[in-house]
Amino acid sequence: MLLSIDWILFLEKLILIAIVIFASLGIALYTTFAERKVAAVLQDRPGPNRAGPFGLFQPFADGLKLIMKEEIIPNTSNKVLFVLGPFLAMTAALMTSAVIPWSSDVHLFGRVIPLQIADVNIGILYIFAVVSLGVYGIMIGGWASNNKFSLMAALRGASQAISYELAMGLSLIALLMTTGTLQLGEIVKQQMEPGHWWNIVYQPLGFLIFIICAFAECNRTPFDLPEAENELNFGYHQEYSSMKLGFYLFSEYVNMFISSVVMATLYFGGYDVPFLNESLLSPNVAAILGVVALLIKVVIFIFIFMWVRWTIPRFRYDQLMNLGWKSLVPLALANMLITGALILWMGK
Amino acid sequence: MQALTNRAQPVNRKPMTFWERLYLINIFKGMLITFSHIFKKQPTIQYPEQKRPFSPVFRGLHVLNRDEEGRERCTACGLCAVACPAEAITMEAAERLPGEENLYREEKYAARYEINMLRCIFCGLCEEACPKDAIYLSETFAPANFNRTTFIYGKQDLLIPNPVTEPEAYAKAKGLN
Ligand code: SF4
Ligand code: SF4
Repeated sequence: MLLSIDWILFLEKLILIAIVIFASLGIALYTTFAERKVAAVLQDRPGPNRAGPFGLFQPFADGLKLIMKEEIIPNTSNKVLFVLGPFLAMTAALMTSAVIPWSSDVHLFGRVIPLQIADVNIGILYIFAVVSLGVYGIMIGGWASNNKFSLMAALRGASQAISYELAMGLSLIALLMTTGTLQLGEIVKQQMEPGHWWNIVYQPLGFLIFIICAFAECNRTPFDLPEAENELNFGYHQEYSSMKLGFYLFSEYVNMFISSVVMATLYFGGYDVPFLNESLLSPNVAAILGVVALLIKVVIFIFIFMWVRWTIPRFRYDQLMNLGWKSLVPLALANMLITGALILWMGK
Repeated sequence: MQALTNRAQPVNRKPMTFWERLYLINIFKGMLITFSHIFKKQPTIQYPEQKRPFSPVFRGLHVLNRDEEGRERCTACGLCAVACPAEAITMEAAERLPGEENLYREEKYAARYEINMLRCIFCGLCEEACPKDAIYLSETFAPANFNRTTFIYGKQDLLIPNPVTEPEAYAKAKGLN
């Protein structure tokens, strides 16, 4: 039984997983730098520019600083869960990347290697499941700290995540009605077909709801209530120090990267290069172009994430709930109904 | 209640419309504003490389002056120490011996003269109190250091270079100050 495993496939996936994880971490690393730079230029200042050329080594300096800090575990905390919290946050953030199609197949050594770790046919459901797991990192961390501010923040984070997941799911249902599949690879292939536009054209409202909910799921401003600095003292990671804090901060950036990838995949054609028929190119060239195209889309999304963060203030808690339940959920429902009606009417 | 000024603005308490409750339009407007700031000129001065000129009345580090012949002007009268609100100045006086006329202008001079830069508030009162024009505040400030004791500036740190024996250093100190 054991011998019947396709070892080369196993190896192939292992390498792919390693690449994806390291790439995600590397990109997240530089997203922290980009965040500071974007914040700076939006506020008319140059931003970090001392460490290395253009300040490019700044993320390493920041990371080193975090590692050198003293590791503190509060006496009254639940020690196991306290350590588990940041670990869970990071794992959940990274796990989503398993079903993302990074590009079209690569042909190497006579093998066809799909640049996707697992093309499961419930890809979107999987993403949803893992994204909801992410809230455990916040909840467990906040609860195990045994600190009232952290607990409040954890509560906020949990209720926020649940509320916005609902609208997100509803907006996705409308998308699934047009695509007819849950498989991410398939969704991208549909968008690449000639004569078929990107899903944003068919689902503009759905995309809007999705991106708003993505902001909320990533705990980014204007939805960063779980870490509200001024009222909750940094929220759920208040008691954390050193690399455990680093993991929390970092998982936020990984989350941002992954949700940008998901948005690009679902609504903006994934690794599709616009106005180019990839099937005319040799498969490897097409694959490389695909990765580049996907990354460019992701960079644009990440920039939007930051741009919004450095533009608007945080919502009040009641505003957050009102927006989620009284505006986004009804809008998503309406979007779903309209999509359904249109599909019926056009007999698609 | 009677209004104190005629500038009062009534608060708009109209309930928000559906579109306003979605916040989107206003958020987008705000984003356009922040985006326009990307292209604005940055007023930053890259400090150690670029420096902003101080105004001529800037009160920085103290300098003990010499006269044209390179003699120390300070006569250790202690008026600066008395004037100092932060009690940052201490000194010890000594009598000028025969043959030291080229070193000290007055018959009494400060053998030790210290200013604690951590206490000093750079008010400039010492400069105003001095009857001999011996102390004045320059346009530089005390550089940062890790060690507190290094902020007690002695006479060697404070005295301006001798204009007779080291004219170049003197000119440089003057130019800076
Ligand atoms: S500047 Fe003011 S505080 Fe400083 S030594 Fe002179 S009198 Fe004292
Ligand atoms: S610096 Fe001026 S005021 Fe102070 S002791 Fe010397 S002469 Fe007197």
